[in-house]
Amino acid sequence: MILLQVIVGGLLLGAIYALFSSGLTLIWGMMNFINFAHGEFVMLGMYVTLLVVLHVGGGPIGFGAVAALALFALGVGLYFVLIRHVLRGPMLSQILSTFGLALLLRYTAFFIFSANFVSLPPTVLAGTLNVGGIFLPVAQLVAGIVAVVLTMALHFLLTRTTIGSRLLAVAEDRSAAMLMGIRPDRMQALAWGLSAGAAGVAGALLATAYPWSPSVGETFGLIAFVTVALGGFGSVLGSLYAGLIIGLIQAISAFWLGPIYKDIVVYGLFVALLWLRPQGLMGKA
Amino acid sequence: MVGLLAAALLLYPIVFSGAFYRDIGVAFLLAAISASAWNVVGGYAGQVSVGHSMFFGLGAYAPLLLYTLWGWPPLVGLPVGILLSVVLAVVIGLPTFRLSGHYFSMATLAVAELIRIFFGAWPLVGGAIGLQGPAVARGWWDLTFRGDLSYYYIFLAVLGLLLVVTFEVERRRFGFYLRATKASERAARSLGVPVRLTKLKALALSATFTSAAGSLYAVKTGFIDPDSGFGILVSVQMVIVAALGGAGTLFGPLVGAMILIPLQTAANTWFGGGGSGLTFIIYGGIIVLIARFEPGGLHELWRRLAPRLWRRAHAA
Repeated sequence: MILLQVIVGGLLLGAIYALFSSGLTLIWGMMNFINFAHGEFVMLGMYVTLLVVLHVGGGPIGFGAVAALALFALGVGLYFVLIRHVLRGPMLSQILSTFGLALLLRYTAFFIFSANFVSLPPTVLAGTLNVGGIFLPVAQLVAGIVAVVLTMALHFLLTRTTIGSRLLAVAEDRSAAMLMGIRPDRMQALAWGLSAGAAGVAGALLATAYPWSPSVGETFGLIAFVTVALGGFGSVLGSLYAGLIIGLIQAISAFWLGPIYKDIVVYGLFVALLWLRPQGLMGKA
Repeated sequence: MVGLLAAALLLYPIVFSGAFYRDIGVAFLLAAISASAWNVVGGYAGQVSVGHSMFFGLGAYAPLLLYTLWGWPPLVGLPVGILLSVVLAVVIGLPTFRLSGHYFSMATLAVAELIRIFFGAWPLVGGAIGLQGPAVARGWWDLTFRGDLSYYYIFLAVLGLLLVVTFEVERRRFGFYLRATKASERAARSLGVPVRLTKLKALALSATFTSAAGSLYAVKTGFIDPDSGFGILVSVQMVIVAALGGAGTLFGPLVGAMILIPLQTAANTWFGGGGSGLTFIIYGGIIVLIARFEPGGLHELWRRLAPRLWRRAHAA
């Protein structure tokens, strides 16, 4: 019974991993670009949530929307100020731009919010459900389900709508897309907005259920790498499966080996993947 | 020019004999060695590692661990660290160098973090507390000296060796392979350059010297823990020092270290303990600015501006 509890807890957290990792994989799929600051976007989403709850109030839908919009705006802004320029630059620029950004955001957060762990006031989505002997905090349950729904929504946006087709067209062939009347810059900015927005919502969902400090950005960033590597670079559906699997692996290894080892096991999985199947579960080589 | 630089570095600790200046001098040399070592793979080969602390940390742990376990002198631990680092370089390089450069960068970050957490949880290497070196030297092979002067000249010798090696690499066929690989892997391959092997060799060479830098750091400090060995800030320092001066140039890392190390020391003195956080906000900002505006670093900036300044001076 305890094991079942652990498994459910892992899957619910894994659903949120899936949501923010889908943002990372979207950028990779469209521009062959890795965002080293993606975990910091999640972290910012969490602090935006905290600030809204403390100073404005409002329910989960309110702060979820604010976190999503704030990060969407950040993503679009960053695209025009920074990313658009380094995309044309050498590899060094591409990697250092978001790597430096990650440091900047992480240590600024330390500077402003201090290294202490914080959490939302317990009145937000309080309570625990007892489902056949498994105890589920309402916040975790809601966060996990919303995360799955949003990840699926992003998947359908990319595969079933005109906007999705335009995004994929730019990813496929930039100049051909231009000839079809699509503006690549707008589409890529939109992709950055969606990617950061997904991270922002994921941050809001995490904030309702788990305590955090500015250092979580680094951890979530690495987890997003592993998720994307497992699910396949560029595949949102792949990152959904992979996120759930990684949440599960983490929960079980924390349960059997001890909490310190949960990250060791996950990063070890990443190294193993690089050797065995670098294209991931659902990716193309 | 090079002779002048060498003379200045040789005479520095004699002219500035205060403990404070020697501290800065040693810190400068250590940063210059690590960044020059990073530069071999990150600059010349264009494979941007953001987890080079893994080699630095292995190099730092090896001598102190062998000393703690069996009392082996650190002089023996240093090559053991190098051997381990080269093995690790091959383990990471073999799979990732088949793929695009982003995979390599991601892998370096993840592996460095993996090792850091692992060492923090492993009692044999002292866990989160870390390891200590010899307190009193049994002989010169313990590499444990009083005062900074001996360390200064040892570090200077290693830096000199590294620069000579890099200079030789630049001139030889291997150097041309590196430049070709960095410019365009596909084109290089079509011309018969063994691209994967070239990248792997560069990483192994880089790991060798990074590991040596780690060993020297550990014996000088007499202490190592997971954060000072494998922490992300160790990697960041190598990246920023090299990129500021000019990645892929022989003296770029030296210039970067000459600017950043005194600045960092000054910031730490002015802001006290709270300064380190601020330092890394500024580092992050500088890295972003370099990436956005001047990926060639100060070297490139100087090459663009110098002729213009020269012309202006002569027109007047």
